[in-house]
Amino acid sequence: MLSYLPFFPPQGSTHAASVDALYLFFVAVTAFFSVLIAALIIIFAVRFRRRTADEVGAPIHGSLILELTWTFIPLVIAMVMFVWGASLYFQITTPPSNAMEIYVVGKRWMWKAQHVSGQREINELHVPVGQPVKLIIGSEDVLHAYWVPAFRMKMDAVPGRTTTMWFEASKPGVYDLFCAEYCGMSHSRMIGKVTAMDPGAFQTWLAGGKATGSMADMGAKVFTDLGCATCHLDAGDGRGPSLRGVFGSQVTLASGEKVTVDEAYIRESILTPTAKLVAGYQPLMPTFQGVVSEEQIAQLTAYVKTLPPPSGPRATPPGTGGGAGAAPAPGATPQTAGH
Amino acid sequence: MEASIAKPTNYLNATHGAASWFFTRDHKRIALLYLFSVSAFFLMGGIFATLIRLELLTPAGDFVSSETYNKFFTMHGVMMVFFFLIPSIPATLGNFLVPMMIGAKDLAFPRINLLSWYIYIAGGLFALTAMVSGGVDTGWTFYVPYSTAVSNTHVVMTGLGIFIAGFSSILTGFNFIVTIHTMRAPGMTWMRLPLFIWAHYAASLIMIMGTPVIAVTLLMVVLERALGFGLFDPSRGGDPVLYQHLFWFYSHPAVYIMVLPGMGVISELISGFTRKPVFGYSFVAVSSLGIAFVGFLVWGHHLFTSSQSIYAGLIFSFLSYLVAIPSAIKVFNWTATLYRGSVAWDSPMLYALGFIGLFTIGGLTGLFLSAIGLDLHMHDGYFVVAHFHYVMVGGTLLAYLGGLHFWWPKMTGKLYYEPFARVSAVIVFVGFNLTFFPQFILGYMGMPRRYHQYPDIAGWQVLNVLSSAGASILALGVILPAIYLTYSWFKGPDAGPNPWGVKGLEWETASPPPTANFDVTPIVTQPAYAYSNEDAHV
Amino acid sequence: MSDTTAVAAHGVPDDHGAHHPRLQHHFDTLDQQLYASTFGMWVFLVTEVLFFGGLFMAYIVYRIWYPEMFVHASSHLNITLGAINTAVLIGSSLTMAYAVNSAQRGASPKEQVFWLLSTMGLGSVFLGIKVIEYADKFKHHLVPGPNFHFEDPAYQATAQIYYSLYFALTGLHATHMIVGIVIMAVIVRMAAKGNFDAKWYTPVEIMGLYWHFVDLVWIFLFPLLYLIGGAH
Repeated sequence: MLSYLPFFPPQGSTHAASVDALYLFFVAVTAFFSVLIAALIIIFAVRFRRRTADEVGAPIHGSLILELTWTFIPLVIAMVMFVWGASLYFQITTPPSNAMEIYVVGKRWMWKAQHVSGQREINELHVPVGQPVKLIIGSEDVLHAYWVPAFRMKMDAVPGRTTTMWFEASKPGVYDLFCAEYCGMSHSRMIGKVTAMDPGAFQTWLAGGKATGSMADMGAKVFTDLGCATCHLDAGDGRGPSLRGVFGSQVTLASGEKVTVDEAYIRESILTPTAKLVAGYQPLMPTFQGVVSEEQIAQLTAYVKTLPPPSGPRATPPGTGGGAGAAPAPGATPQTAGH
Repeated sequence: MEASIAKPTNYLNATHGAASWFFTRDHKRIALLYLFSVSAFFLMGGIFATLIRLELLTPAGDFVSSETYNKFFTMHGVMMVFFFLIPSIPATLGNFLVPMMIGAKDLAFPRINLLSWYIYIAGGLFALTAMVSGGVDTGWTFYVPYSTAVSNTHVVMTGLGIFIAGFSSILTGFNFIVTIHTMRAPGMTWMRLPLFIWAHYAASLIMIMGTPVIAVTLLMVVLERALGFGLFDPSRGGDPVLYQHLFWFYSHPAVYIMVLPGMGVISELISGFTRKPVFGYSFVAVSSLGIAFVGFLVWGHHLFTSSQSIYAGLIFSFLSYLVAIPSAIKVFNWTATLYRGSVAWDSPMLYALGFIGLFTIGGLTGLFLSAIGLDLHMHDGYFVVAHFHYVMVGGTLLAYLGGLHFWWPKMTGKLYYEPFARVSAVIVFVGFNLTFFPQFILGYMGMPRRYHQYPDIAGWQVLNVLSSAGASILALGVILPAIYLTYSWFKGPDAGPNPWGVKGLEWETASPPPTANFDVTPIVTQPAYAYSNEDAHV
Repeated sequence: MSDTTAVAAHGVPDDHGAHHPRLQHHFDTLDQQLYASTFGMWVFLVTEVLFFGGLFMAYIVYRIWYPEMFVHASSHLNITLGAINTAVLIGSSLTMAYAVNSAQRGASPKEQVFWLLSTMGLGSVFLGIKVIEYADKFKHHLVPGPNFHFEDPAYQATAQIYYSLYFALTGLHATHMIVGIVIMAVIVRMAAKGNFDAKWYTPVEIMGLYWHFVDLVWIFLFPLLYLIGGAH
């Protein structure tokens, strides 16, 4: 119903209606208090308009009851707003575990998307309706932000980090995509379209067109070309730890700390390998900063995600008591040293 | 500027010649020096605003190139925020009135006061040099790595200009704090201080504690850009989001530097034009301190989409709701003051009443943005632009204009032509709302900010045209006072010490005041706003 | 010192005796003036804490992110020179305290000048040692930027963060010291002319506050920059 009003973008995702409802609540509160204050001002200014030049006002100093009332009531309203906004936020931030992943890279001035199956798009994004989609977002240069007003959702693309956002398209349609973080000359031309399709139509689209192999396949190629395989042996007895089944598991660092292997950890391990070194291994890995592009990082990440756990117990590097290998945990958190 | 007819000696005519102005230590003359310079920057910022609104009349980017447009909105923001809004009320009205309102002869450090003006001018010259040499295009927020590694405009020059001007703000705040603590006239206890003083005291606390952080942050940007340091460079392990934290740690409290002095003005105007004490004096006074304190804790609400942790986001959201409460308390207290007041409809009061309404809308729309679930949609869109213009223009600018009109007779000794002023106030109010209200709608519809061109989506151009039409009306509304106020300085009738018939130490001395403010140091025996006989005997 | 305008007589209730030549016209008493000046310097020092604070925040964040890099990068700093500098600066705070005390007692200009010059001298020694350290960094390509070269390739990129912080923090600190020494030269001149006595020695007092603050910043910088990590 709300989408027929001229002031709203189409409600293209399962969240849009909840966001609009919260918005309307705020509009109502704002309208109420603005009208109330304006009315009181006008009424008082007219009713008590100065009649004679010497007139002074009544010597009223205050009222504790009123102060407490108009402190307490706004506080309650503010807390309602906070809790409502926070619960909406929890829904929005946590992607369901069955979310379909699509890798997105922003660069001046275009949006490159890559589906796990290998399909690539520029300034477009095709998604199926009724399926949660998680975008894994990076930037090749400066800050950008991926905004789809119809989904009521945006997320910054931060160079040096991986960020994520998720949505579920609720009906077929073509929706606007905007870059929403100023990035220089053609910031206002860094726009595109998100197309939500019925699942069947989406499968057809995915299958057709030029596919150069899935992202995992391309990642496997990068893994070999850049020599990663020479150290990251499957059995874990090489210069680097085995990557089989590592995504989503917990690893123990040289410092004793435990971290979860997520997209951010993989990125960090490629770009600043000595920052969070796994226990029992030497700091031998060179940095691939400048060697590997954002897209290749995305492909390597997709590849690592597909590596099955080894059939036997994980090999441990010499000198350590035990390896990692906890049950996979849901990934997709931003940079672990968040602040 | 000299009095046109022979008058008793006052601060304007006591000494003559350029040197007596440019080497003055009189806080009142320094206030006028600031008045002229902030007005000049306001004019420049306004010209950039006009150019922006001209471009946005049509969806296509057909007025200027993208690079030029990006420089327009950057220069508009830099000039308006750092060179107009931050100094405007404190450095003009604050400088003039703080000593007078507490019964002192000057600020604690008059030479430092003059130095602060020269520092402001130096910073301004850097910014102007950058402007005429081709400008800067990073946005007034200078986000990295665009500003450090990509932009090929005059980032260093502009950054240094802001850095330098920041010290002017720090020195002003520092001077106010020491003055208010140590130079109150006998009998002027803290709870007898006019609310203008409380507001400036709270704003000064922010000036001294917040401004150094942006100074060092911009210094880090300059070092990175000029010398190749790597603090924010992702390819060397640096973090662009760290910049955002450091930048907003100042720039959020900065908005309270901009609005608290305005609130102080409003308290004086509401009391003066109802001739009764401000309702809930102690609550209004303490709420100023509350805003200053909590205002330092909410900066992360500018980073909701920057992938900070969920928990940080929730804490910042919660605190952002808390910071709204003291402002709400003020709005209710001002409104309650009108009840059974003797309400005059003079132009300063029109500005004050306009402030209350527009600040209410501006403040409440800030609450939309504090809900993370909503902000994920509205961040970096035109809703945000509308919100902050409602508080900065509908708030601070209206307070500045109201205060300027109210104290004009005291500062110049002249009366301006009141009917023009009332018409102007209405023009400003109408023009302002027409300019910025459509932007709320545009923002929710999805129009991003800092967009040179926009797609031809239904409704977008209409709303932009309305906004630009409003801007032309607003421009007229702010130009008119420049004309009739200036005219009144030369040709206006004499004002006398207290043309409005209001309470306050500044109204108990001549208009214009003598250089030493008071012929005899006042002894204070009444609370502020002691209009009735009851108060007079407290 | 005096305003050029003709000021009407200000009826101040009690003048505490003679109108001291150093009493500025907008203050009522010398006590009020001294209180305002010292209070003002404390307020100014608060701003300085926040000024350095931004860089300290950056330090904290990056140290948490790259703890081992900090250890390795810091190993190129000369702890001996840093320790000497720390002792020198603490010594200069001692001479500064004596300078304030000598002015407060109304000691001879010669004695006041001696302590002030000693402070300036020690401060200059500090800066001289800093020059030596900086020159060493330049020589070993440890200045962040295009010529940066770190011998351990694992930290070639990120060590620049450490050195950016090193130069920014110590550079800002050194700038504060230079400004302090220059202002102290002016105060030495005032002391030599016998301007300070037990009734009025405000410039020395607030200079002392400033100098102690600059010393205190270094006392934080030394362990944070030099004393990181294991044996090296």
